[in-house]
Amino acid sequence: MKVGGVRLARVAPPLTLAVLLGPLVFGLAGTALPAFGYLPELGGEHFTTEHFGVLGAQPGIARSALLSILIGLVTTLISLGTVAAFVASDLGTTTFSRVRRLISPLLSVPHAAAAFGLAFMIAPSGMIMRLISPWATGLDRPPDLLIVNDPMALSMMAGLIVKEIPFLFLVTLAALPQTRHSETMRLGRSLGYGRIASFTFLLWPPLYRQIRLAVFAVVAYATSVVDVALILGPHLPPTLPVRLIDWMNDPNLETRFLASAGAVMQLSVTLAALLIWVVIERIGALAVCLVRDRGARMRRDLIVRILARLMMSSSALVVFGGIAILALWSVSGLWQFPDALPANFSMRSWMQAMPRMSGPLATTLAVAGLSTLIALVLTILCLEREYETGRGRDALLLIYLPLIVPQISFMFGLQVLSIWLGVDASFGALVLAHLVFVLPYVFLSLSDPWRAHDRRHDQIAAGLGISRGRALLHIRLPMLTRAILTAAAVGFSVSVGQYLPTLLIGAGRLTTVTTEAVALAAGGNRRVIGVYAFMQTLLPFIAFAIAMGLPGLIFRNRRGLRV
Amino acid sequence: MALSQPALAADPDPRNWDAVLEEARGQTVYFNAWGGSENINSYIDWAGSTLKERYGVNVVHVKLDDTANAVAKVLAEKATGKNEGGSVDLIWINGENFASMKRQELLMSPDWTTGLPNWAYVDHENKPTILTDFTIPTDGLESPWGGAKLVFFHDTARTPADSVPQSSADLLKWAQENPGRFSYPQPPDFIGSSFLKQVLSEVIVDKSKLSKPVDDASFAEDAAPLFAYLDALHPNLWRSGKAYPQNYPDMKQKLADGELDIIFAFNPSEASAGIAAGELPDTVRSFTYPAGTLGNTHFVAIPYNAAAKAGALVLADFLISPEAQARKQDPAIWGDPTVLSMDKLSDEDRAAFDALDLGIATLKPDELGPALDEPHPDWMERIEGEWVRRYGAAN
Repeated sequence: MKVGGVRLARVAPPLTLAVLLGPLVFGLAGTALPAFGYLPELGGEHFTTEHFGVLGAQPGIARSALLSILIGLVTTLISLGTVAAFVASDLGTTTFSRVRRLISPLLSVPHAAAAFGLAFMIAPSGMIMRLISPWATGLDRPPDLLIVNDPMALSMMAGLIVKEIPFLFLVTLAALPQTRHSETMRLGRSLGYGRIASFTFLLWPPLYRQIRLAVFAVVAYATSVVDVALILGPHLPPTLPVRLIDWMNDPNLETRFLASAGAVMQLSVTLAALLIWVVIERIGALAVCLVRDRGARMRRDLIVRILARLMMSSSALVVFGGIAILALWSVSGLWQFPDALPANFSMRSWMQAMPRMSGPLATTLAVAGLSTLIALVLTILCLEREYETGRGRDALLLIYLPLIVPQISFMFGLQVLSIWLGVDASFGALVLAHLVFVLPYVFLSLSDPWRAHDRRHDQIAAGLGISRGRALLHIRLPMLTRAILTAAAVGFSVSVGQYLPTLLIGAGRLTTVTTEAVALAAGGNRRVIGVYAFMQTLLPFIAFAIAMGLPGLIFRNRRGLRV
Repeated sequence: MALSQPALAADPDPRNWDAVLEEARGQTVYFNAWGGSENINSYIDWAGSTLKERYGVNVVHVKLDDTANAVAKVLAEKATGKNEGGSVDLIWINGENFASMKRQELLMSPDWTTGLPNWAYVDHENKPTILTDFTIPTDGLESPWGGAKLVFFHDTARTPADSVPQSSADLLKWAQENPGRFSYPQPPDFIGSSFLKQVLSEVIVDKSKLSKPVDDASFAEDAAPLFAYLDALHPNLWRSGKAYPQNYPDMKQKLADGELDIIFAFNPSEASAGIAAGELPDTVRSFTYPAGTLGNTHFVAIPYNAAAKAGALVLADFLISPEAQARKQDPAIWGDPTVLSMDKLSDEDRAAFDALDLGIATLKPDELGPALDEPHPDWMERIEGEWVRRYGAAN
């Protein structure tokens, strides 16, 4: 056991990197070659840059690209600012633990479901307008207002922000134990600084260093997201990722070259957003230094604190409210404006959907379960290796690359590769494709608690004559059960939410609840969208509920391990 | 066992139907078809389970949000040299994708359609769109599956029946009088592009040009009336043309919400089906233009490298059986017009069609008005491109 375990731990880091970076590298190559004109089957036999010329001549292309960058930056700035301000003002209070419980489940809501919920809420014929019409507005017809799909992408940014807030909040929560936060805050307060100032000057720099990669992932995700942009994003012109999908779907197959060139452009758009973000970081650090050096104490920070609480709770309200409205639509009969409730209820949508859902449901569970399991094993072995040798931390930063390189930039190339290898539409290939995205998130969730684990437990174990392997099995794993289960739940929900990899690698034969939901969303039927988006939300929610509840059950006879 | 099989199996021949049935038994047919509508998905489920029961053929519905995805998949397979055992067995296809696949030689050939046993019932004499798909000869490379006709819908509770427009010109006037109450899905959505073609067919000076590929020299002049029309229409559209409905079902939702007053679809019974499903109020009715609206046929086709060609043939044949077609035309199931000729059917089969209740909001076949031919696919491509150039980056 011991020998096997140690050997496994040794090969784990290189294996992990190969599993993640292989698809990335081959996928990018498969995208870049056609972008530069090489795709012999379509008559592209020599290298050329003419496709970038065609791309540059697309109407509104500059606007699409700039919009993507803007969305990435604004979304990240607002959600990170909200989280930071909230942690600053409420760390250690009862509000903090209350919001913590409220926000955590939000992580499990897929982006698309949250976006549908928001759209059903804020549209001119949406829930808010129905609740105040006609008695307050005098309207019995929805007003002709451009709220959803607005050209400035405001509704899209709102949709992303309400989903990124819980993500960044949970990442921050995970990083907090590694700072001496309560002592630090007390120190700042005792020197007469306000809560926000104490936090910003003292706690934020080490904290931000810990969560920086997750912030990069948010920037990258927001610049390249497809499903949220389809639901809430602007139409004329749409953001760059949406245009890419349109080109890839064009029946005129030569448009493939344009799409590939666009995918390369998407890569540079995301990189540009990340570079600008690094500049923003510098400016922010400089500004903090300037304010600090002028000796500002900022004791009156109440407005910022109220605003932060308001943003945090509305993020929860919007997502939960949206899911509730989705659920209501899924059982509604005729429901016309301005009625606040459906005229009648019907289980028709559920009855129609259920028999056809069992296959996709089974695939969803199997792929999510297996990819999460593999990700957990690899992560634990990598962390164990790092724990033993104290090295490899920097190399493992590469694990986050799949979160930062835009999915569409390498997924098409990967699809070509999997067909070439003859493994497309196979269950194994699909699990591997999911693993590319599940693993980084599992690693992200588990590495901090693992690294924070008190080494003295192992020293005591060694003193009792317990081997390393046994110490891992009988001490570290049980003590970290809660963290492991949470990481598993995160991995599970990431897998459930995967659309593009499932579509391309599953070749339409392996369908999940998410691919079904998006295919049906193409039909625009709110009732059916309601059914699938609700299921899409329910699965990760159950996973999180298990992660929360199981430790209590397992350790019912070990009081010290209960929380 | 594997040794006894020839290295390269010849394509099954529908004219030897018994051999096809024998080969098909036990095969799994991956039917790539739009999956955006639950009633259509139910129908395909039904066809699949019937096929399983009668011929031992498994049918898996691969639900697409865009047919071009299936075309791209076949192309990707060709690109990687996978010339047999492909992942797509049958595609629900329309003119533009058919033209593309035919040009790229991605379809099973030669003619297999006219060899299907149930071809005997197909109305290819009176429905010209069965033999030419968007002016491209089908050459037996795709089998008809259903008819389509552009039909408009309105809610009589808000828009009286005597005020609905009678032509595209009329529609423009109506939109100017009722700003923000009409729109169309943004091209390249199929229905949205169809709306552009409908207007084009009405306003183009020389209508004969539409049956041929676009003449580059005169395209700007030929399409000028269409874009003059759109320039006048757009400021009066829903959201002033700054956003567009996603597709037909989205327009249906917006009619129910009271956001749109006039919508359209490519299926005459959509409104009746919507009422039956509780999605539309029972005050919705249909209308068409007296001078005609676009009509076409949709098809199924088999890729050149399909893995289960015999099974795909059996499914394609079943889909044009009187039994499957009558069920498909029932608005309670789907409501898609048949491609069969009533004259060729047995009395019993004809009775099944006669017995259908087409629904309160469905026009009778003789009320649908004349059918205009679809322009050559080249036109669609060009006007979509021009549309994006003119309006795609508007602010």
